[in-house]
Amino acid sequence: MPSTSTKSEPEHAYKEMYSKSRRSALPPKTEAPDFTLRSTPDQWLSLSEFRGQPVVLAFYPADWSPVCGDQMALYNEMLKEFHDLGAELIGISVDGAWCHAAFARDRKLHFPLLADFEPKGDIARRYGVYRYKDGVSERALFVIDADGKVYWSFVSPVGVNPGEPMEFFLRWRICKTNKQCRQRWRPNDQPNVSQIAGP
Amino acid sequence: MISRMYLKLPDPERDHFQGTIDAPIALLEYGDYECPFCGEVQPIVKEIQRRLGDDLCFAFRHFPLTNVHPHAEHAAEAAEAAAEQSSFWAMHETLFANQDALDDEALAEYAAALGLSEVRLIQEVISGAHAKRIQEDFRSGVRAGVNGTPCFFINGQRYDGERALEPLLAALSYPATIT
Repeated sequence: MPSTSTKSEPEHAYKEMYSKSRRSALPPKTEAPDFTLRSTPDQWLSLSEFRGQPVVLAFYPADWSPVCGDQMALYNEMLKEFHDLGAELIGISVDGAWCHAAFARDRKLHFPLLADFEPKGDIARRYGVYRYKDGVSERALFVIDADGKVYWSFVSPVGVNPGEPMEFFLRWRICKTNKQCRQRWRPNDQPNVSQIAGP
Repeated sequence: MISRMYLKLPDPERDHFQGTIDAPIALLEYGDYECPFCGEVQPIVKEIQRRLGDDLCFAFRHFPLTNVHPHAEHAAEAAEAAAEQSSFWAMHETLFANQDALDDEALAEYAAALGLSEVRLIQEVISGAHAKRIQEDFRSGVRAGVNGTPCFFINGQRYDGERALEPLLAALSYPATIT
């Protein structure tokens, strides 16, 4: 499963599809906009349902990227790590609910995929991660803390899967459990994972 | 459990590595034996090792994508079981050379072909004797920021460039300082 280009034709074409424009994601301490989107063809899911627990929102361009694994498959493997730390993981793209259902079944995904379908890309726009030229969202991550505020956001180049979520989510945990923590996160900071309770 | 210091660098106490641990350039790979992209990069890694010689320490950790690669977990455990019989790297190469045949029966055949005790190897795989080790590797990868397979860390920094010989050699020739 590649994180960057290989010699394969379909993946090269996939990378070339998307413009290099970047958008600014909502910064930390912003109130995370609530939303209600389809999680299955006949069910809806709202961000506010998760108030009281942290949520990792993973925006991604599209289902069915031409690789044997991808950003959603990667997070699917890591799901237990997120759940062990009390967080929920949600994927969002502009694909419709039926597309998501087929994709989730094919990749055996065990977390919700939300359809930012109508109005198209509305939620991605509100989070500052919509690619207007391409009509899809960026590969972007948001850690929303239990109070509904953005704790951390990150936009990855579209050809590179963000592997960072666990690292920064752990940092969120450190800051929440350490009442004296006054540090602001800087890009090169490394969380001290030994402070995290757990195996 | 891999300490924070060694999430992105070879751990001399626990990792499988080739070359000397204090070589100037450390290349750490997180990989999946059933991932075709990991298979494709193997000859490139070998060539890098040939060219850099004693300047390179290469280490491998397991990052099986079990939901999309059903045999990856057992293949990783077979490699660890082979390690118990002092044959990690031989099994590692065999697995990558036979990515389309990684079922348990095939794993036993590979053990036999390598002169190992196939009964012992398969028993260990089936009983999950090495599952904890694989999980430790995987968790360290998650914390390190592995974003796909194969995932390379050069002197502790994740490599996001093209997985071809020349770009990798270029990155290895100008390694970032260990952070």
